[in-house]
Amino acid sequence: MRVLAAMSGGVDSAVAAARAAEMGHDVTGIHLALSRNPKSYRTGARGCCTIEDSNDARRAADVIGIPFYVWDMSDRFHEDVVEDFVSEYAEGRTPNPCLRCNEKIKFAAVLDRAMALGFDAVATGHYAQLVTGADGLIQMHRAVDMGKDQSYVLGVLTQEQLAHSLFPLGDSRKEDVRREAERRGLSVANKPDSHDICFISDGDTSGWLRENLPVSSGDIVDYATGEVLGSHDGTYGFTIGQRKGLRIGRPAPDGKPRYVLDLEPVSRTVTVGPREELTINHISGFKPRWCGSVPTAPLRGTVQLRAHGEEHAAVVTLGDDSHVTIELLDGAQGIAPGQAAVVYDGSRVVGSCTITKAARRDPAVMDLSVDSRA
Amino acid sequence: MRTDCDLAESGSGRTLVDAMNDFSTADGAHSGDRGTVYLDHAASTPMYPEAVAAVAAQMTHAGNPSSLHASGRAARRVVEESRETIASCLNARPGEVVFTSGGTESNNLAVKGLFWARRVDDARRTRILSTAIEHHAVLDPLHWLADQGAEVELLPVNRCGRLEVDALRESVERDPGSVALISVMWANNEVGTVQPIGEVVEIAREHGIPVHTDAVQAVGQLPVDFAACGVDSLTLTAHKLGGPHGVGALVVRRELELTPLLHGGGQERDIRSGTIDAPAIAGFAAAVLLSVKRQPDHAARVAGLRDDLLRRVSERVPDAVLNGDRNCAVTNRLPANAHIQFPGCEGDSLLMLLDARGIECSTGSACSAGVPQASHVLLAMGADDVSARSALRFSLGHTSSQADVDALVEAIAPVVERARAAGIASGFGAVAKRAG
Repeated sequence: MRVLAAMSGGVDSAVAAARAAEMGHDVTGIHLALSRNPKSYRTGARGCCTIEDSNDARRAADVIGIPFYVWDMSDRFHEDVVEDFVSEYAEGRTPNPCLRCNEKIKFAAVLDRAMALGFDAVATGHYAQLVTGADGLIQMHRAVDMGKDQSYVLGVLTQEQLAHSLFPLGDSRKEDVRREAERRGLSVANKPDSHDICFISDGDTSGWLRENLPVSSGDIVDYATGEVLGSHDGTYGFTIGQRKGLRIGRPAPDGKPRYVLDLEPVSRTVTVGPREELTINHISGFKPRWCGSVPTAPLRGTVQLRAHGEEHAAVVTLGDDSHVTIELLDGAQGIAPGQAAVVYDGSRVVGSCTITKAARRDPAVMDLSVDSRA
Repeated sequence: MRTDCDLAESGSGRTLVDAMNDFSTADGAHSGDRGTVYLDHAASTPMYPEAVAAVAAQMTHAGNPSSLHASGRAARRVVEESRETIASCLNARPGEVVFTSGGTESNNLAVKGLFWARRVDDARRTRILSTAIEHHAVLDPLHWLADQGAEVELLPVNRCGRLEVDALRESVERDPGSVALISVMWANNEVGTVQPIGEVVEIAREHGIPVHTDAVQAVGQLPVDFAACGVDSLTLTAHKLGGPHGVGALVVRRELELTPLLHGGGQERDIRSGTIDAPAIAGFAAAVLLSVKRQPDHAARVAGLRDDLLRRVSERVPDAVLNGDRNCAVTNRLPANAHIQFPGCEGDSLLMLLDARGIECSTGSACSAGVPQASHVLLAMGADDVSARSALRFSLGHTSSQADVDALVEAIAPVVERARAAGIASGFGAVAKRAG
């Protein structure tokens, strides 16, 4: 196969490219230039997006012995990821830009261009496993290394995208990947992992949002009494489940800490209350994406509601209008609209949706034991 | 007096006639030394064997050219003979040749050094006039000087990429006393357009304004006569004409005062410090000698190949557009340059697809930090962002053969078709337009 290896400059994508080449594929390395002004992104080696990372990727390609190019995806990235990130926050939602980048850039714009240029697949350093099922469909499973598993941020990929993807690291543990990089003479072997959002140079997301969104002050109110407890400069400075930085002068009557329970961008109201009020078990979602066939009956499985978050047993129902309902068997906390809910059947990714609403289920509305007949 | 031929002999043990015989490149063989079709000579052209031999020969000798003992004197002799050779090839005086580390240093030295010196003489001289299509080795020093208080005017070019002389005249005459210097390249590195240096010199001379020219692409391709052309300083570099990397020269009139960039031992006329690189300079001189001696034949030969390339590429890709001056006469366009726009294709895609087929060329765009920017040259010529990003530069050189052209012609149609499909797939054009 002719394989395009996306090389961020980090250790994972370098080893992934090396493995793809070793498998006998005809591999070409590319580094995605995502910033219009590279200096505005993180300085120093952060795993992606800087000049240094581009050079690291180039060196890795040299060592592997594959051609290497830089693809300018900065306009697409700005439009589909950065602007989306800003507008989602402006709407009071909490987006996941990495997932969005996979959906719109790596496995869309890059994959499309690669296919048109005559490549058969795109290889990345993501930790996830692809398996061909008995039905001939490609299944995506969690990685062997659960600490590094990235199937959550890949949960938006469709069968068509998976059929042209390679994740050569899915069966490996991170420490083995580092050792392998060392053995292969890849200088990125000991480069630290990247964690934060690549386009926010100092890691201060709310500071970055303040610079990119207008001040729109509003009230911080108590969930029960509606009493105004304080004010804020924009709902985008908050995320559901947040405890710190509320700057409410006085303590709650019961002395317990307050958490952000809800964000209302139109009235610019931030609702706060006690921790137990954060617990939700009913989720509404939209924009479902299914890795394989579209489910016709309610699914019993698990859902993951944030990157590296825990799994929750759940029943997932797809409505007629692509509306997704997720009933959690237990409770989850700090679930914000805009986040992705990724649905698993065991280790297999079934699909995903974007959360529009997270609430507490009225016990009278639904009896899960009845629903689970399906 | 030494003849130029002596140098070729002293450097390599071969005569110039032997060297000339090397140029009868066997048609049927590809030019790149990795078996590739090398069509990127404007980026760097392979070294002449004579230049390699000259470098290697000098590398076996110890001795700092600034040392006073016999070894030092021997190294110094090589340097001075090289200086004489280069001077004679360019019709300059040996004392006018200042060795540098290459084109970027020469241009920095000329632009900054002249500006500083001229402003010290007269504080009113704050303006620098140049063109919008200069190489970054001129443009970036100008931007830097602008941050230091210089008033930089980048004059427009026409659609062919040639300086609008009237705009220069108007700008000079607005306030001649405030112009510290004028810097205009001899020929553009991307689109190959030859600049009206004679007219620039004429305008400047009326007001006693010094003129610098970046002739990196010109020497060896066009006749360059330093004394006759009337410029005050001229940049050339070895690796564009068959010499080694990392060495070049600023040819600068003796009377002209320049403030140095590098301070130290003052080895080069007190304008440039740093231990003199005798082996590189020996190779540089060998390359200048060969490339200048055979410039007329070379120009005719590569122009013939280039014209064949243009004709046959446009047969295969009918909507391909030649950028730069459509009049390909050597007075108008570098004979080795073909800069072609392929509508709907990203230059990056084309380059990658050709590279995969062993054909090497350039998008001609500045690639800082790996993010390909639309060429400032094409933008200055009136291209929009999308068409500026859909061009390739093919540049021929002394190793180019008919087989190279044939290989490109053979590959171009399927490559363009594929790149066009990729352009549609990735929304090329649509995104760029939205972003613009």
